[in-house]
Amino acid sequence: MKDVAQLDLDTLIACPKCDALYRVGVVNKGDQGRCERCHTRLFTRRRDAGLVIIATAFASTVLVIAALFLPFIEIRRLGFSNAATIVDAALAFYGGPLFALSLAVLALIIALPLARLVLTIYTLTPLVLDRKPWPGAKRAFRFSEAMRPWSMAEIFVVGCAVSLIKLTDLARVEIGPAFWMFVAVVVLMAVQNVVMCRWSVWKALDR
Amino acid sequence: MTVTAREKGLVACRECARVWPADHTHCSVCGNTIRSRDTQSLQKVWAWWIAGVLAYIPANLYPMLKTRTLFQTSEDTIIAGALELASHGSWSVAIIILIASVAIPLGKFFAIAYLALAVRSGATWPPGRQYILYEVVEYIGRWSMIDVFVVAILCSLVQLNVAASITPGIAALTFALSVIFTMLSAQSLDPRLIWDRIETKDTKDPV
Ligand SMILES: [Zn+2]
Ligand SMILES: [Zn+2]
Repeated sequence: MKDVAQLDLDTLIACPKCDALYRVGVVNKGDQGRCERCHTRLFTRRRDAGLVIIATAFASTVLVIAALFLPFIEIRRLGFSNAATIVDAALAFYGGPLFALSLAVLALIIALPLARLVLTIYTLTPLVLDRKPWPGAKRAFRFSEAMRPWSMAEIFVVGCAVSLIKLTDLARVEIGPAFWMFVAVVVLMAVQNVVMCRWSVWKALDR
Repeated sequence: MTVTAREKGLVACRECARVWPADHTHCSVCGNTIRSRDTQSLQKVWAWWIAGVLAYIPANLYPMLKTRTLFQTSEDTIIAGALELASHGSWSVAIIILIASVAIPLGKFFAIAYLALAVRSGATWPPGRQYILYEVVEYIGRWSMIDVFVVAILCSLVQLNVAASITPGIAALTFALSVIFTMLSAQSLDPRLIWDRIETKDTKDPV
């Protein structure tokens, strides 16, 4: 009897934003489901979604790590010049009373985006290969989802653009390679966001 | 008429969208803690909200940046900095800074307060429109961090010996704290509470 009830609950899906309850039938590739009253995306099954996510996550990881050590803006004024890497920017408040802010910026623009990428690869690789999930995959995915609003790479890129304009008054400014690499990362992450279906991942992790 | 998980005597997991019998407090699919409605929600919202407002006050009174060039030294608060940019003709940057650092934070304080009050005592707006406000607050709140990143970039970059140097002011820290507290406040609001009025009062919703 309990098993029958369990089986029944398996076919239900509740909107995480408004609690509306739906029964889902067979979900085919290409199907999309939205909540009727709050329009939250409940599921999206795209062809090869897992593969696309892993490929973009892998490319992003390589780009972020490479970008860490390259300058993203270079300035010149009165014969003096200086180039800053992303690590320099994150550690701008290092030393002095604003030390805590340095750690926060480091986390928001480097540590958390990188952690999310690595955890995504860790969670999805076995699923795409049709293997059993790797140990701790559920915790990894939950952490990665919880960190979503705190991963601010795209905001940092816009911050770079604003700084560029602010600096043109003061000095000659040149854009370094790390800036364009971060722009690419932002685009790749946006693609990942569109393709990723949380519901499908949890279903696959639960098998 | 939408049926909710709660009306069916079920409790939904907000992480993986699975439903469980009402007595469950733990989701066995994803490991998340689950409850039908977060009854502590409003208390947490107001606690973070107050912290956010308190941190926002010094963020506007103290300097965000200290700029030193060959002939002059200046300390700029957020608003003074934006006004100076505007006086130099950089209207677009001044507007971006004013929107990200003044309009969005203030708008967020009002919006969250309105939603929290509306959830408690009913409101003139239908739930559909309240929910859109909630989504906008959730989506846009993070972007206030732009100004902190701009300060970090400027401070790491503009270290040109005697020609020019920029160092951060204490407002950078309190502003970052204000953004973080306000994000936590918005995240504490259980959006399902917004929709509960439909169940109890059967308000017509135009959305
Ligand atoms: Zn919904
Ligand atoms: Zn769950």
